[in-house]
Amino acid sequence: MPEILDQARARVLGDGVGLDEAGVLAVLTLPDEHLPAALQLAHEVRMRWCGPEVEVEGIVSLKTGGCPEDCHFCSQSGLFTSPVRSVWLDIPSLVEAAKQTAATGATEFCIVAAVRGPDARLMKQMREGVAAIRAEVDIQVAASLGMLTQEQVDELVDMGVHRYNHNLETCRSYFPNVVTTHTWEERWETLRMVRDSGMEVCCGGILGLGETVEQRAEFAAQLAELDPHEVPLNFLNPRPGTPLGDRPVVEGKDALRAIAAFRLAMPRTLLRYAGGREITLGDLGTRDGLLGGVNAVIVGNYLTTLGRPASDDLALLEDLKMPVKALSATL
Amino acid sequence: MTVQPTVPSGTTPAWCDRCGEATGDGPHDACARARELEPPRYCAWCRRRMKVQVVPTGWTAVCVEHGEVRA
Repeated sequence: MPEILDQARARVLGDGVGLDEAGVLAVLTLPDEHLPAALQLAHEVRMRWCGPEVEVEGIVSLKTGGCPEDCHFCSQSGLFTSPVRSVWLDIPSLVEAAKQTAATGATEFCIVAAVRGPDARLMKQMREGVAAIRAEVDIQVAASLGMLTQEQVDELVDMGVHRYNHNLETCRSYFPNVVTTHTWEERWETLRMVRDSGMEVCCGGILGLGETVEQRAEFAAQLAELDPHEVPLNFLNPRPGTPLGDRPVVEGKDALRAIAAFRLAMPRTLLRYAGGREITLGDLGTRDGLLGGVNAVIVGNYLTTLGRPASDDLALLEDLKMPVKALSATL
Repeated sequence: MTVQPTVPSGTTPAWCDRCGEATGDGPHDACARARELEPPRYCAWCRRRMKVQVVPTGWTAVCVEHGEVRA
């Protein structure tokens, strides 16, 4: 057994204290033959410190495309030659999407907009949309609208948005290679305001942007310092027309190593499967990740790409005897 | 998947609905595989970029000339 896994068993499983950056790097560089042991330990950590339940979430794009930012992985930037056109979702369709999400058993519905930060029109759409959902659908509403002002944070709290997603995307040292129109620190400031407001903080990122394995470890450590309620873990799905459109997808074993390492860095967080798992891990890898530290999933489609049918993921959870977290447990 | 309403019956698409290139210019097998996890982006009949809305359980794609397709 590698020394790092013995250390993690005592420190993370035993004491509930996450691995530091060096420890995460040691897990990320484990030889293939030790990957099953790392996943098994990460699963034990998840079961001990989070329990068997899996949180299920659906997401929808309220405002698609035409974003002024240049996040190099994103097909919704208006600065690239992506085929994605700008489109707004109307409120009846937003409510219908929330109903469809709730029908899967999901307890979370995240409303997302491709913007630098919300303007008055988007905040009005949010206020009306969240009110309509809360009146008709039994589901928790989260939001992801880019960088916020303090006034906007307060307004979202007032609307009843209980969780805010704002991904750091990658580690601080690599961020300028991925985004040049705003800084990592600007994102951190929004996260600070969200945390101080009492909303739950949802913050993760994307693996496979060209970062080194050392930078992957740096990212895990920086997320652990933030201590978010939820960490959505995406794997790059290279999008045509974007600067990262020709990058290779993350190897399945590297993705699983990352899942185990991020769980061992953050024993108590919700670690959510987000975009890209279908092409990086496939069905078998998805199962391995759920038995290796993941305890939350996005079901159904993503913002501009498609996911597995929700029924497939729910059947997998039933097969794994992992109960879907009930709404009453989130209130 | 629904068929766009204004497409004449019996005609075949001239354009790949993923990459927007001519279907007759070569195989689009990679596009077809990618389309399993993506909605269409180009109208297969006129190559216009479509307005596409993805929702958790489906998607709609609208061409101003040839109407809506959904799944």
